[in-house]
Amino acid sequence: MKWIDAQRRALLLALRRLAATPLNTLLSMLGIGIALALPAAGYVLLGQVTTLAQGSAGFKATPQLTVFLPVDAERKTALDIEAKLKAEPAVAATQLLAREDTLARMKSSGSLADAIGVLPKNPFPDAIVITPADDAPTAIDALAATLRTDREWRGIEHVQVDADWARRLAAFIRLAKTGVLLLASLLGVGLLAIVFNTIRLQALTRRDEVEVSRLLGATDGFIRRPFLWHGTLLGLAGGLFAWLIVAVAILWLRLPIAELAGLYGIDLLLALPGPQASALLLGTAALLGWLGAALSIGQHLKNME
Amino acid sequence: MIRFDRIGKRYPPDITALADINTEIAAGELVTITGHSGAGKSTLLRLIPAIERPTSGSLLVNGQNVGGLRRSALPYLRRNIGLVFQDQKLLFDRNALDNVLLPLEITGFPLKEAKRRAEAALDKVGLLKRARALPIALSGGEQQRLAIARAVAHRPALLLADEPTAYLDAETARDVAAIFLEFHRVGVTVLAATYDGGLFPGARQLRLDHGRLA
Repeated sequence: MKWIDAQRRALLLALRRLAATPLNTLLSMLGIGIALALPAAGYVLLGQVTTLAQGSAGFKATPQLTVFLPVDAERKTALDIEAKLKAEPAVAATQLLAREDTLARMKSSGSLADAIGVLPKNPFPDAIVITPADDAPTAIDALAATLRTDREWRGIEHVQVDADWARRLAAFIRLAKTGVLLLASLLGVGLLAIVFNTIRLQALTRRDEVEVSRLLGATDGFIRRPFLWHGTLLGLAGGLFAWLIVAVAILWLRLPIAELAGLYGIDLLLALPGPQASALLLGTAALLGWLGAALSIGQHLKNME
Repeated sequence: MIRFDRIGKRYPPDITALADINTEIAAGELVTITGHSGAGKSTLLRLIPAIERPTSGSLLVNGQNVGGLRRSALPYLRRNIGLVFQDQKLLFDRNALDNVLLPLEITGFPLKEAKRRAEAALDKVGLLKRARALPIALSGGEQQRLAIARAVAHRPALLLADEPTAYLDAETARDVAAIFLEFHRVGVTVLAATYDGGLFPGARQLRLDHGRLA
């Protein structure tokens, strides 16, 4: 018999066994699905927050520096400094904020308009926003220190690093990723335990069949095959349940979350898990199901010797 | 085909099931093992497919020393032997046809060929019309015939039967024994442990008494 035929037969046998105990099968799949849904939701959510932090969705989380010139500095000085900054290898991009533009923007922002209107002259200096080539905190600090102390940059009056909140966000994302990984590991072990126990019960129920098969010349591989398919199918179906739970949760929550994010000027509309995340979820679930079954039936066959 | 050379089998703490068994069974022979209950008939049969291992001596089956076979080699030894057990060991959640298909699946026959052979085996024992019946729906004699069909479906050269007529009435026992005789006539080596050697006319008889050949 060809390998593929043997697998097909084992798969059909496993499907028959799953169908023979529909309630047990459904409960096992639900248990696995719920166990996987939490880390899957965390993974999807974090993926979208990370994308957000990388600058899409009208939101820029890359750390930046702003250098301010003296209030009375000439425009030519500002342009010269910007040109020099652009030539620096540590600088990726610059943007000159002319003091007139800053004043106009402030006047148009309702709450400050009245206060600014009574000032005798423009209080804002020219400023240059710098996007560093390397957004590692040490590199940004080094660039800021150079701009503050080096004689070459004495035309600059003040350097402000706008990286603190970005660092906090990055640290939060790192912590959340670790948390999701930890949760996924724990619940992955939970999935293994569910499949291990289900297959152990199956193997106990089918003890006679295993014994007779051995007497008739079955190899351990032949005996194991339907049990491995059983575990894989349980894992896969549990993964599908998890996907459905995550999808329903996203569809349910996407509008309230978008509304909340909009209040902070962030354009965030949660998306359903993409093909890559879906494949990862289903593949991991199937693999864990297979592994749980392999451990369980391996131990059972060893105990039967 | 089978050679017992000073075979002994002991169980702890100090029970001798078989001692100093020396005999040979040639290919195509019909042999019965008789003796009182506890004489060692079943133990002797169980040594051949290595369900149990001898504690002394050597047992050769088709030139292979069964006592020294590794566990991974046992399936391939057993695939050349048809086994009929006293308690039949049928799978009660599979119908008759699926029971007979099992050794063919194990041996690796393609499904179509396996089905053809299984039906032929059921036909040979007169159960083709009951192919879809579950074993529980079969009588004792039919169950035993089903066990024989399963044992011969993959056409082994050696057929071992442990008390195949033990729980059957006299007429059914004769019918079942006749099936073994028929397989012997077409060249299958048959070795049967039985309380009644008379059911197998023409068979060479090995008589066991307290684990020794009498």
